[in-house]
Formats: sequence, structure tokens, C-alpha cells
Amino acid sequence: MTEIPADNSPRRLSNAYQNWYRFSRNPTAVIGAAIVVIVILAAILAPWITPYPEHVGAVVNFRARHLPPSAEYWFGTDNVGRDIFTRTIFGLRISLLLALVVLGTAVPVGTVLGLLAGYFGGWVEIVIMRITDIALAIPPLVMALAVAAVLSPDLINSMLAIAALWWTWHTRLIYSITRQIRTQEFIEAAETLGASKFHILIREILPNCVSALAVKTSLDCGFVILVGASLSFLGLGIQPPTPDLGTMVASGSAFLPDSWWESVLPGCAILVVALGFNLLGDGLRDLFDVQEVR
Amino acid sequence: MSAPMLEIVGLTKTFPVRDGLGRSAGAVRAVDNVTFSIPRGQVYGLAGESGSGKSTIARMIMGLTPPTAGDILLDGENITGRTGTRAYGRKVQMVFQNPGSSLNPRRTVAQSIAVPLDAHGHPRRERAGRIAELLDMVQLPADFAERYPHELSGGQKQRVAIARALAVAPKLLVLDEPTSALDVSVQARVIDLLVDLGRQLDLTFLFISHDLSLMRNFAQQVGVLYLGQIVETGPTAEVFTDPQHDYTRLLLASVPVISAEEEAMRPKIPLIDGEIPTAEKLLALRQAAKP
Repeated sequence: MTEIPADNSPRRLSNAYQNWYRFSRNPTAVIGAAIVVIVILAAILAPWITPYPEHVGAVVNFRARHLPPSAEYWFGTDNVGRDIFTRTIFGLRISLLLALVVLGTAVPVGTVLGLLAGYFGGWVEIVIMRITDIALAIPPLVMALAVAAVLSPDLINSMLAIAALWWTWHTRLIYSITRQIRTQEFIEAAETLGASKFHILIREILPNCVSALAVKTSLDCGFVILVGASLSFLGLGIQPPTPDLGTMVASGSAFLPDSWWESVLPGCAILVVALGFNLLGDGLRDLFDVQEVR
Repeated sequence: MSAPMLEIVGLTKTFPVRDGLGRSAGAVRAVDNVTFSIPRGQVYGLAGESGSGKSTIARMIMGLTPPTAGDILLDGENITGRTGTRAYGRKVQMVFQNPGSSLNPRRTVAQSIAVPLDAHGHPRRERAGRIAELLDMVQLPADFAERYPHELSGGQKQRVAIARALAVAPKLLVLDEPTSALDVSVQARVIDLLVDLGRQLDLTFLFISHDLSLMRNFAQQVGVLYLGQIVETGPTAEVFTDPQHDYTRLLLASVPVISAEEEAMRPKIPLIDGEIPTAEKLLALRQAAKP
């Protein structure tokens, strides 16, 4: 058996290249990824790329109130004369932080519970999945309302409220995939080969969940940002003067329709961010579906 | 020689049947009082059509399904109830029917072969060397280690599965239809490989298949399984040239032949008139055949 060359590095390189090629040929994924990258860079570099970084705080400049978009103030100014473009870019930081913290806790928790319920079945499954069903029955906004009422409306508590319910979706996703994979021969093979339960869960089942998890998580980023903005809009989230997109839409809505830019432009920012993550998620799904079929 | 490598005594498996409301509605006897033994270094062929209980026997031997009754003796030691443990896995390994699903699609060949090595405490430093040795044993190039299953052909995947099963140097290899998912041209080469490995490593095989022509060349002893019972057993040559049971004759008569020589070997029996044999008919035949 010598027909295969001993050195396989060119072939492995072409494998990575194939994936990149397929990704680059998928306009949805590329546009989504571009938006996401630009948004993340803008958020990180906010203090250096915004024209008026000092407008993030409680700055008041009454001579510049309600100015429409211009070369000086790209997105116009708000009711106390602060630059809306600067505050929108800084608002992205809060949105991304929210998504990062919520998904950073919800995804691992949901994944572990889903793996356990799906693999072990029996009582473990009944307990985990019924708790999941109960948590799913609570509307997130009601939960946030309750948390804000009991504790206080701020960033940490809105994160807490969203994360406390968000893991359920990941639990159900991973549970259904695990159930399906558990019956495959390679899991039985691993069992007969003496592999531990930990090995089977982490090394055999989890890698088969990664593509679904990546798609779900990137779609979720958009949704979490949207829910966070809704909470802020209702006054249950981040409090002024911290710049947050939802809060800005809410405070600007008082001056509609004359000073439309004060709520519409931050609203557009929410739209673009959510759209970017959704496009990326859809693009990843197409990409992984192709791989599954292959 | 001492005790047989594997001895199966009165092995039985019944599956409860439940009705739509989950109430017990009787039981299916998938494996019914099966007894056979495999001498050290030999190949025992277990033949039968789908649903005859072949795979259930393999699963009970591997500890994937607990038996309802009966004993499994390995190397003279009764290991019923201890199948599936690590100490046991060192002696018995299995090659599954479909290499497409018995290898994890997200793990490279090396990662798959490393599973039994790690589980049985093989030293990490020697791991790469052992994997290369195993790949060489199944006649695959060493650079296959970094490949994923989707980059391999069916025959190559099955060779990887064989290498993985041999990783901890078992004494008994259970082959559950190891070639049925493969192309006909590849089947013979995999069987040749198994014969070679068996000789080199002094392996004992339990070869489960519905393919009698493969069994004729590979197994020294055969058992014919029908509806969960062994209806005929004996040295391959005897069973194939002078089948005693009607079901065996029926199975042999349905083996496709390509040469006149093989046609001559085929038993001439009056088949049941032009109909697909049903379980009831064959049971009636079996009753009739009893003295």
C-alpha cells in the first residue's frame, strides 16, 4: 500500500483551504462575519475612534441640543447636547458584554445539562428536562421584571435575569443531539473499548455537537442583544448616563418625530448588530450542513 | 488443549413486549438456550438471517446487553455479569458491522485508536509508536493516523476498526458481519487480512455473518442460528456438504454460485413450493425433521 504519499501536509492544508473557500463563497456568512468583526473592533477601539469620547458620561452642552446629523455630529446630538455617534459606538460595548456574559454562562451550563440528560437518561433525564420545561415556561421579560423589582434595575441584574432562562434552549438542543448520537455504533464501540463515561461525553459526543452549538450561539448573540435592548428600553436594564442602545432609543423617543435621529439611529445600530450575528449564524449553518452531507 | 477460549452455555435473551399503554404483553425470545464453544485459535462461524439473534449474542458477549439466562465462560472462567468491564475488554474485543458508524466522524484515526490504549493505561510516550505498529498490522500507511473517517474508503475504515479492536491485544475477536457493509471486491481482502492476523497474533474469532460463502472459506466450525436457536453445528465442511437440517439446506441453496464446481457442491433439496419461507412453515419443517 504505497499509493499514498508519506507526507500529508499539503493535503491537510488543502482541507483548511477547502473550508475557507466554501465560507468565502457564501455571501450570507461573509457579510455576517464582516459586520460582526467591524462591530467587535468598533466596540473595543471605541475610545480611540469616536470623535467625542468624553460624551459617554454626564456631559451637558445646551448650545448643541437636538442638532441633526452633520459632518460635525454624524448621528446628531441628544437632548443634553451629546454626540449620538460616540454614544452608539460605546453602547455596542454594553450590548456585546451582555451577550458575552449571558452566553458565556448559558452555553456551558446548557451544554453540560443537555449532555447529562441525553446520555444517562432515566432519572437524570427526567429531573433535568422537567426543570428545563419549567424554566422555558417563564417569559424572559416577566423574569427580568421580577428580578429588577426584587433587586435593582442595572446591567448585572439584567444579565442575571436573561442568563437564568437562556440555558434552557442550549439544554434542549444538546439533549436532542446527544440522544441521537448515543444510539450510534461508535458510542457502543467506545464503551466496549473501555472508555470512561467522561471520555464518551466530552471526547466522543461533544465534538459532534460543536457545529450545532456554533450556529445556535451566533444566532443567540443577536437575540440576547435584542432582549437586552428591550429591557433597557423598558427601563429595566442599564441606567443613564451609561450609553446603551436600548436606553438611547427610549430617551430619544420622547422627541419623535422632530429629532428622529435620537432614537432611530441607535435603533438602526441594534438592527445591524442583530442582523450581523443572524447572517453569520445562518451562514455557518449552511457551511456545516454541506459538511454533514459530504 | 485446555479449556476452550469461549464457551456459551444455555444463553437466553428475552425482550419484553409492551402494548400501546406500556403493559406487558408477553416476550420475544431473541436468543433461546444457545450453547456452543470455540476452541483456542479457531474461527467459529455463526450463520443466520437477519432477526435470527446473531447480533444479540455478540452484544451479550460484549456486555452491551445483559443476558436473561445462561453463562458465558471466557478462557475457562465464568464471566457472566462481568462482561463489559475493562479487565474483560482486554481479552475480548469486537469489530462492528458498519465501519461508517463505528468510527466517530469527528475523531482522527489516531484519536480513535488511542481510545482503548488510554482506557487500558497504555503509556502515553509509546502511544504514537503503537498506533503506527497497529496501522502497519492492518496494512495501512502510517500517515493515515491524521485522517478523518470521511477521508477513507469503507475497506480502509474497517481496517482502522480492526486495528482499534486489536490495540489492547485481545485473545478473542467478535466480528459482527464485518464485511457486509463493504464492496464485494473488498470483502475478500478484509477476510484475508483477518486470517493473517489470526495466525500472527494467535487470535480466536467468533465470526457472525449471513454470508455462507465467506464462512465456508474462513470458519473451521459453524453454527446455524434460526429464530434464536442453534439448529445445526459442526465442522464447516460437514455442515456445508451434508446439512442435516432443512433450514441449513435452505440457506445453502440460496447462496449464489458462480462456477459449476460450486454448483455441484450445492445441496439438492426440494424447496418449499415457490414461496418465501415463513417462520411458521420452517417451524413445521423443523418439527417434521425431528425423529
